[in-house]
Amino acid sequence: MITFSEIETTTKRASKAAGFSWGVAEEIGKSIRSLELFGLPGIINLNQYLKKIKKKHPTKITKIEKENKTADKEFCPIYSGVAFLDRCLELEKLKSLKFYNVSYPLLMLPFISRASEIMSKKILVQFDNSSFLLNFDKSIFSKNIEKQAQSQAKVVNIEFIENKNSFSEQDWKELYKLSEETFVDESDSLKKTAAGAGLTDND
Amino acid sequence: MSKLNIKLRDPNEVMKLSRLGSFHQSKLSFLRSFIREFKDWEYKRNIFELDKDGYGVAVYSFEKNKRSYSLICFAQYINPNERSDRVIATKWDTAFVLHDGIPTQEDINRLKENVPKQEIGRMSYKELALSRANKSVRVFDHVVNSLSEGKQPDKNLLNKVGYLYRTTAVYGSGKFGLADRFRIKNRKEVYGPFRLEMMLVYLVRQFTFDQVNHIAKNKNPGKAVQLDENIARNLGIGNSTGLGMAPFIVNHPTLLHKWIYSREKALKEIRSIEVVSNEEFIFFKNCLTKSQSIVDTWLTESEYQNKKINSLKSDLIKFNQFIEKDCSIKVKYLWNTIYLWVEKNLNEECVEYIVSMMMEPYDKIVDPLINNMSSEEEQYFSIPGHRKISELKKILEKKYQSIIKINFKEKNSIANFWFISKNKEEPRVANRYEEQGAELEQPLAIARDIKQLYEKILKTNQSETVADFLLNNDDLRHVVRRAFINDQFPYSEIQDNTIGASLMPIDMLRLKLSFFGAVKFDPRSDKWLRINMYQGAPLSHELKNSDDTWIYNSLN
Repeated sequence: MITFSEIETTTKRASKAAGFSWGVAEEIGKSIRSLELFGLPGIINLNQYLKKIKKKHPTKITKIEKENKTADKEFCPIYSGVAFLDRCLELEKLKSLKFYNVSYPLLMLPFISRASEIMSKKILVQFDNSSFLLNFDKSIFSKNIEKQAQSQAKVVNIEFIENKNSFSEQDWKELYKLSEETFVDESDSLKKTAAGAGLTDND
Repeated sequence: MSKLNIKLRDPNEVMKLSRLGSFHQSKLSFLRSFIREFKDWEYKRNIFELDKDGYGVAVYSFEKNKRSYSLICFAQYINPNERSDRVIATKWDTAFVLHDGIPTQEDINRLKENVPKQEIGRMSYKELALSRANKSVRVFDHVVNSLSEGKQPDKNLLNKVGYLYRTTAVYGSGKFGLADRFRIKNRKEVYGPFRLEMMLVYLVRQFTFDQVNHIAKNKNPGKAVQLDENIARNLGIGNSTGLGMAPFIVNHPTLLHKWIYSREKALKEIRSIEVVSNEEFIFFKNCLTKSQSIVDTWLTESEYQNKKINSLKSDLIKFNQFIEKDCSIKVKYLWNTIYLWVEKNLNEECVEYIVSMMMEPYDKIVDPLINNMSSEEEQYFSIPGHRKISELKKILEKKYQSIIKINFKEKNSIANFWFISKNKEEPRVANRYEEQGAELEQPLAIARDIKQLYEKILKTNQSETVADFLLNNDDLRHVVRRAFINDQFPYSEIQDNTIGASLMPIDMLRLKLSFFGAVKFDPRSDKWLRINMYQGAPLSHELKNSDDTWIYNSLN
């Protein structure tokens, strides 16, 4: 089995050879390692993408807005991902974003996943029939993912999920009540000797 | 709390290559902390199936609380003209792998097919470190012949060499299929850096003793004697080390910081001690005396190293006079007085030697630092894109003061380039003007790239964000990342030019090897050197009762 360390080193070098700068290649190494750790087909997608851009290196993204369309044929998932990661705190206020025509969209995911950790917010990413819930770069929940490479997505939707409970107040109350059964009722004499008791606090 | 308010030493001074290349082993060194951690583990020789010539398989293990680690050794015959210490070799006298747990016969069979092949073999997640070693033929044959004739070997010859075998590489952390570090990083006993590699080398040393005894016995069953334990204890394991280590310290900035910071913190705390006890001072002096006699056994043909050794020896004479005449425990902040005198009067080689020695009496200061010498580098990888260029500029001006003064337009400032060799995928350094391949340069010219970054941001709108700057300057992304890391971890960066004409790559190796705990630095060129590990270390059956000053026991 190829180790994650080997995956990171080789993908970094291959990405440099494909024309990315060393700094971006370092990001790609970490990203593909992360995709593979989460059980997603990072190597397959990267390999095909690097072959695709061998003759013509992709154009760099110049800015990110709520709706992103490119004059080029498609967005590079790496440059888009890196730019998203670098400005994620600034993008948060948009609440959701769209990228139209993204090449090998899975390769964008690990950058958004790292952004989720930096922002302390879950992020929902959807393209075509697949959806991914990115949880602070700790895990990626996915639905309908392609095991093979997916060469393009017409639209990549990115939605920042507000930090809120996934349960009702009633659920919480019931659970809390049950937890109270581990507490002991304090006697009056114990209350008198507890920390801070007995003295005036106005001293 | 010290009244003196002693500060950590300035990274701009400590992180110069000449200083880092003068570091010596200390109580923080990994082979010493390995022995402290594993001394109460159960050591066993599980399998020893060698033929009369010493070829075959052996397994050694450490066990405690249902956890075990095993070294599997494969010894084979090789033609003398196939024996090479160079990384391009394809056959070795012995090959070793450290296995997680006790190997089954199936594991051994699998590993037998792969371990002797080293880089072209494949290990599994159950293996933790990989190595190979060649005999020091002159010493090995002499020891076998002497023992088989019922005599102990010539100590003078052994002292000159110091080992029976030399390892030529020790691999870990995910290389060639070995377990990735994340699989084991939460185990307390292997939390210290390179602890598994240190275990491997320690057990290899034991194998070398068992193998010579075994061959001698088979050669002359009626007359052979065992290698005297006092002689064995004085033998370590040699190692030939090339440039592979140099990029490691550049590519792991937060780890480098943790190592150097631990050393600097120990020094600061020791210098802050107001009252030094007589016991502590005598302990220091004893270690110093013992260690000095070992310096005399550091033999090398390297002019560079001999100059360093001679400087150390003459400085130690001055230091001894100072200690005897001017130092007393009646002096408050004695260690600080000593340090200031040393820094003012002695060369870097001896300054760092004394710094290492000053740690010896202070388990209570050093021990807590050991567990802080690993790093989760991933945590510091992301670039804070929201920060302003003005902030980045301040960081560069403060943290790279001397680097941004270097003129990289001068030919000599960029004389070398680092690359990965195609035939062995190993790092190499070459002259930019004489060799081909500079266009495939590795990102290890940090000083040059930092200077380039600095020049670029001087021309950039200072209120721009780093994220905006990177949109148009992603060729500098790797050094932007480093600058922000250095802002948090001041000892993370070598404060020197690693591609200049005067570069001594072995300074980078020496830094790392000193943290390993290696001694007897013997440079064979400016690009590789031989060292010795575990000379004087307790033998496996002595581990439980060993004390941490064993490193000063060799030859004593």
